[in-house]
Amino acid sequence: MLDADIRLRLDRLDLDAVLSVQAGEVVALLGPNGAGKSTVLRALSGLLRLDGGKVELDGTVLEEPAKHIRVAPEKRPVGLMFQEYLLFPHLSAVENVAFGLRARGVDRRAARERAAAALERLGVAKVAEARPGNMSGGQQQRVAMARAMVTEPKLLLLDEPLAALDVSTKTDVRRQLRATLRESQAANVMVTHDLLDAVALADRMFVIEDGGIAQSGTPAEVTARPKSRYVADLVGVNLLRGTARGTALELDGGGRLVTGQEMSGQVLALIAPHDVSVSRDRPDGESSPNVWPGQIGAVDLMGDRVRVRVDGTPTITAEVTPAAVDALNLDAGGQLWASVPPTSIHSYLP
Amino acid sequence: MRNDRARMGVAVICLAIVAMLAAACGTSSSSTVRTTSASQKVSGTVVVFAAASLKDAFDQIGKQFEQANPGVSVKFNYAGSSSLATQIKQAAPADVFASADTTNMDTVTNDNLASGPKNFASNTLEIMVGAGNPKHIKSVSDLANSDVKVAVCASDVPCGKYTQEVFKKAGVTVQPVSEETSVSSVVTKVTLGEADAGVVYTTDVKAAGDKAAGVAIPADQNVTAEYPIVALKDAPNKDGATAFINYVLGSAGQKVLESFGFKPAGK
Amino acid sequence: MSRSGQGFNPVIAGLAAIAALFFILPLTGLVIRAPWSSMTKTITSSTSLDALWLTLIASLATTALALIFGFPLAWLLARVQFRGKALVRGLTTLPMVLPPVVGGIALLLAYGRRGLVGEPLYSAVGFSLPFTTPGVIVAESFVAMPFFVITLESGLSSMNTRLEDAARSLGASRLTVFRRVTLPLIAPSLLAGTVLAWSRAVGEFGATITFAGNLPGVTQTAPLAIYISQSSGKIDEAIALSLVLVVVSLAVMIGTRNRSRSA
Repeated sequence: MLDADIRLRLDRLDLDAVLSVQAGEVVALLGPNGAGKSTVLRALSGLLRLDGGKVELDGTVLEEPAKHIRVAPEKRPVGLMFQEYLLFPHLSAVENVAFGLRARGVDRRAARERAAAALERLGVAKVAEARPGNMSGGQQQRVAMARAMVTEPKLLLLDEPLAALDVSTKTDVRRQLRATLRESQAANVMVTHDLLDAVALADRMFVIEDGGIAQSGTPAEVTARPKSRYVADLVGVNLLRGTARGTALELDGGGRLVTGQEMSGQVLALIAPHDVSVSRDRPDGESSPNVWPGQIGAVDLMGDRVRVRVDGTPTITAEVTPAAVDALNLDAGGQLWASVPPTSIHSYLP
Repeated sequence: MRNDRARMGVAVICLAIVAMLAAACGTSSSSTVRTTSASQKVSGTVVVFAAASLKDAFDQIGKQFEQANPGVSVKFNYAGSSSLATQIKQAAPADVFASADTTNMDTVTNDNLASGPKNFASNTLEIMVGAGNPKHIKSVSDLANSDVKVAVCASDVPCGKYTQEVFKKAGVTVQPVSEETSVSSVVTKVTLGEADAGVVYTTDVKAAGDKAAGVAIPADQNVTAEYPIVALKDAPNKDGATAFINYVLGSAGQKVLESFGFKPAGK
Repeated sequence: MSRSGQGFNPVIAGLAAIAALFFILPLTGLVIRAPWSSMTKTITSSTSLDALWLTLIASLATTALALIFGFPLAWLLARVQFRGKALVRGLTTLPMVLPPVVGGIALLLAYGRRGLVGEPLYSAVGFSLPFTTPGVIVAESFVAMPFFVITLESGLSSMNTRLEDAARSLGASRLTVFRRVTLPLIAPSLLAGTVLAWSRAVGEFGATITFAGNLPGVTQTAPLAIYISQSSGKIDEAIALSLVLVVVSLAVMIGTRNRSRSA
């Protein structure tokens, strides 16, 4: 079980993050670039010093600056899988994987056997004697994973494990990672920028923004109620802020909406794009009290759906079918009317 | 593909031959020589290979010679006489050779590269010590003391041969700390304070001024170094060579040599 | 050549041929003019053996010093930020571009009997470096160590130091990281730097003769002996000794050729 309160300052980043992870749990760490995700991992592994706070793993304090306690990275039962893998180029796959075991005193033969078995489990036994330079990206990824996990660490840190893979490999590897993590009894912390990874692999997730934890919860909770623009963008929904008085919602950026719930005070309001209707002419007052005009800001084709951003008060993104793009002649730009039924506006406390 | 290889081979050989021919044919003399056989007027450049111990004296002679013969420039190459003799035998382009001993002059004349050398000066040896003679050296036998660091010329350099003769005459075995390639290097080692003493020419001690002091070697232990000078048979500037040698042997040259501490030639 | 689609270029081929010949001809000349009949006697004369032996131990000692002192210096320059680093790097590599005889004079002024450091040393223990074999080693180190430092520094800084992080995260102590990750990765430049320093030390002349002097058996290394021989007309001795040096150097070059290509 990991109990961490990480406080450190690095260049322009002021990091202050608290997280806890149970044994066997997978926690995902998401956030925009520069938010501090990788820094958290490096701090947990000991490669970066804390300025304040504490890191405690299974009852042992690994670092506590206030009490001058610091366990060197090589002495921590922590496994770290790097974003760029960092496989030793002069060693073969099996030697790479055996490295951690031998460094911890396992004799050469036993280390080799365990390493070979680990590679076998991950399905890359055939590259055991190959050097990293002669492997594909997917193979390197699996070797890197085997290397981090073979020492059976109590805390496993994965830095963007799937980021460097191409789309077709990614799906397979994600599935494999899921199976592997399921078996592991370590506390697992995975940094990713892909919400899909979090949803598919994690039991809980933390969102880091600007050096602090902006939101945490199960993936379902977080995606249902994003509390920041970053998460909202990640999930792909509209997120507005405002002050509620009953069902009346006065938006911070200007504009007024009628919601489906009675709330009061500062709230966040989530509107799914597919709940937003757009038209060229002003809809009549019956359909919805939430109707306003705007200029077409952007039209993005996303697979079989199209997203239209309407810049108005407020700015809102709607989802339409490709057919509607033609019907409404959206490519020409110009004015558009947006409309949202009150029941589609989900308000909640920030 | 095969054509390319063959063509490259031919090109390489052709270019190599051209390069070698160019090198072989291009050995023209460097100096602009206009030797007019009839007139006595000397011109052009005169290249003089002279023993290291002649440097200061010959620099002066060279200046005076140039003043007396406008349009002439004298260039000197100073080194140990054995080194100079070797260079001359390897066809270095020199007009005049002035050696610090007859042995090295003989190697040049024996190879038929010159004939009829004339002695123009003589020199004796002297012990050079640091200014103030800190180690209180008084004689050649003092040089055999183990706490005295003595630098000498290497034995193939004239000054080195002379030094060995002096040691033999004095009945002394000296262990030098270094055998230098020219007498100037011995002077440097002593004036820099690295060596306590060095065996050099009398003229070197005089030239060092107050940077060093001298300890005389008595005549019965000393040797007389005879300096011969000769014009080389393949001299690019034969008239210039003759004129220079005449100047050295003449009263003006002899006066300069005397002022630097050289003695007149024996024989 | 033809596979890459680039045609045969006579100008480049020709210039390259001239360059190659430029180096091959002198060496060929050495071999052809060598006094083969008296070779064994010349090489085994006491002067030659003294010179070769001295060259061997002095160059090896110089190389060892380069490793011991040059490695930390290279490490410092490659890995540590400190003020005045550019100056330190400039000064410690200056001997590379300095004419060796200038180096010899500078050494005299520092470590000679009246030198900045040499004088107190002499007053204290009565020892001074000129005219001694250690003096030869000092002269050779002065010119050879910078080559080692520069080569190793470039190898160290071009290495991905995050691999060392990875090794530590796997449980390797700092010593293990150095031994199993850093060293193997810098091995090519380490080897190249060592060979470079050694060969520079073997060929050192100007600084040696100026600082250490010339005495057979004590300070007369092979290059000095060769110079003395040729300047006194003993060309055969000079050629014989030169050939020995050429053969040894060639052997070292060939032996380390493949392994010293930088990673």
